[in-house]
Amino acid sequence: MSWLLVLEQCLNGLQFGVMLFLMAAGLTLVFGIMNLVNLAHGSLYMVGAYFATAAFGWTGSFVLAVVFSLLATLAVGMVVEVVALRTLYERDHLDQVLATFGLILFFNEAVAMVWGRTALFTTVPKALSGHLQLLPGLRYPAYRAVIILVGLAVALLLYVVVSRTRLGMLIRAGASNRTMVAALGVNVRLLYTIVFGVGAALAGLGGLMAGPIYTVQPGMGDDILIQVLVVIVIGGIGSIRGALVGAVVVGMVDTLGRAFLKPMLSTTIGPVAANDAGPALASMLIYILMAAVLSFRPQGLFPAARG
Amino acid sequence: MRIPPASALTVGFVALALVPVVAALLNQPFYLDLVRRIMIFAIAAVSLDLILGFGGMVSFGHAAYLGVGAYAVAIPAFYGVHSGFVQWPLAVGLSALVALVIGTLSLRTSGVYFIMITLAFAQMLYYLGISINAWGADDGMRLARRSQFGGAVDLGNPYVFYYVVFGLLVLLLWLGHRLIHARFGMVIRAARSNEPRLRAVGFATFRYKLAAFVLAGAVGGLAGALLTNQTEYLTPSYMHWTRSGDIMVMVILGGMGTLFGPVLGAIVFLLLEDVLAAWTVHWQVVLGPLLVLIVLYARRGLWGLLAGRG
Repeated sequence: MSWLLVLEQCLNGLQFGVMLFLMAAGLTLVFGIMNLVNLAHGSLYMVGAYFATAAFGWTGSFVLAVVFSLLATLAVGMVVEVVALRTLYERDHLDQVLATFGLILFFNEAVAMVWGRTALFTTVPKALSGHLQLLPGLRYPAYRAVIILVGLAVALLLYVVVSRTRLGMLIRAGASNRTMVAALGVNVRLLYTIVFGVGAALAGLGGLMAGPIYTVQPGMGDDILIQVLVVIVIGGIGSIRGALVGAVVVGMVDTLGRAFLKPMLSTTIGPVAANDAGPALASMLIYILMAAVLSFRPQGLFPAARG
Repeated sequence: MRIPPASALTVGFVALALVPVVAALLNQPFYLDLVRRIMIFAIAAVSLDLILGFGGMVSFGHAAYLGVGAYAVAIPAFYGVHSGFVQWPLAVGLSALVALVIGTLSLRTSGVYFIMITLAFAQMLYYLGISINAWGADDGMRLARRSQFGGAVDLGNPYVFYYVVFGLLVLLLWLGHRLIHARFGMVIRAARSNEPRLRAVGFATFRYKLAAFVLAGAVGGLAGALLTNQTEYLTPSYMHWTRSGDIMVMVILGGMGTLFGPVLGAIVFLLLEDVLAAWTVHWQVVLGPLLVLIVLYARRGLWGLLAGRG
């Protein structure tokens, strides 16, 4: 196998990792600050993808579709927070898991009612449909490259916001002692709603970018949610840095495993056995990684310092 | 309205025992099928409640054991081994083994980590199931015939099968009752309320919790073996995480930390599902918010309301 192919798959892994990061960042922020396990985070990803696909269909403009989808997902996130999740912050994790499980059922079915159960297909916008010549012999789809850049930009932006701005200071303060922050006169409820909305918009951003390369269908958020949970367990819950590292590691391992495990196995155990064992093992790889991390560091690689 | 638990129980068991008679009289074999399915899920829910309600371990991956049990019946059957004396012990043993591995890893953590990890491992098995082409991948496999018990018990007869499931459920509840009030059950329940204190008294809580986890997995595997026999079909979707969610909802709905609550929860949940599904194809759009409301406002569960305690 050529090194260019490996490099290309590494880029694909990075692209998938960046996508996972967009999801993991919102999930880990919401957990770190509100102490809320939100399984419905995958639904917001799905909603983002549907909004963008629909808006792209109406307007024909990808930029408008992106703006519409981001705002709409932000709004959906805030409404869900105010209507259903706000009362759950003080409850134990079991209640949160069950209630957000209920939300998943609702969103999956609601989407199926509006857009049908069959998968929607949407195309990459014309301006991004070409390829970039990265190296001699390595042409990479421009759209995937943009995803990587957007993801890295969001990571940088989040880092700056959380560590350098007043909002970020409130977020960090709220995470370590919410009663104190509330006593100091900060509107904690509003802060929570904003954080949840932003997390939702990030998930929506992941979803809308995923639309043209994966299929848009009911339940599309569930699979990625499970992978995001693996990311968070590996990275350490509540930590943005952990989410980034975990996301890139999981994205790489999963992509490279799916691409190269079968050819590698077929040289050792024969092509027939590898045909079955390769994909089976590849699908388990990130969970094995998770188990390995857990054995060494049960709190993840970068556990957030929490009181 | 308070009904003494003992009489509610008697009424319940007699009703369950009489279902086949009623179904035969009304000539409605569908009821037999439905209630048998309910009882199978009740077995799974009771086993989950052992760790969830009594042990305080929020496992979101209980469908994994259901799936392992189902595969342990369907794979031997695929290779021509139909004997239940092979399949059922295999289902129980294999799911206990899987629970041992998952439990050893995930019990190193607690709280929200534990929820995520059990969920992730269960989903791993699901992805494994859908990627093995030899065993049907995501289409699954048809079960050529139900488990054979050498002519002694014929599961092909729907009434016999019904009473086998009924008998197993009653046996499980009786054993569960004994277990909860035995020393082992005391330790498990104590670990839920105050684990550091229990450790200070000198109990190796990890071992007790792991034992409970494995036991719950084994019973879950038995439920899986029953489930493939019920549907005469195996699909990896038995292991899908929404199935874990369903079982968990049954436990909460009925009342966790009670022995009979999960049974009641399974009855109500599956009947509700049946009624809603008959009413609209989009029944989940109703069920979802209903779940949220139950979590928000009916925390003690139905059994708590019925027995008037909480």
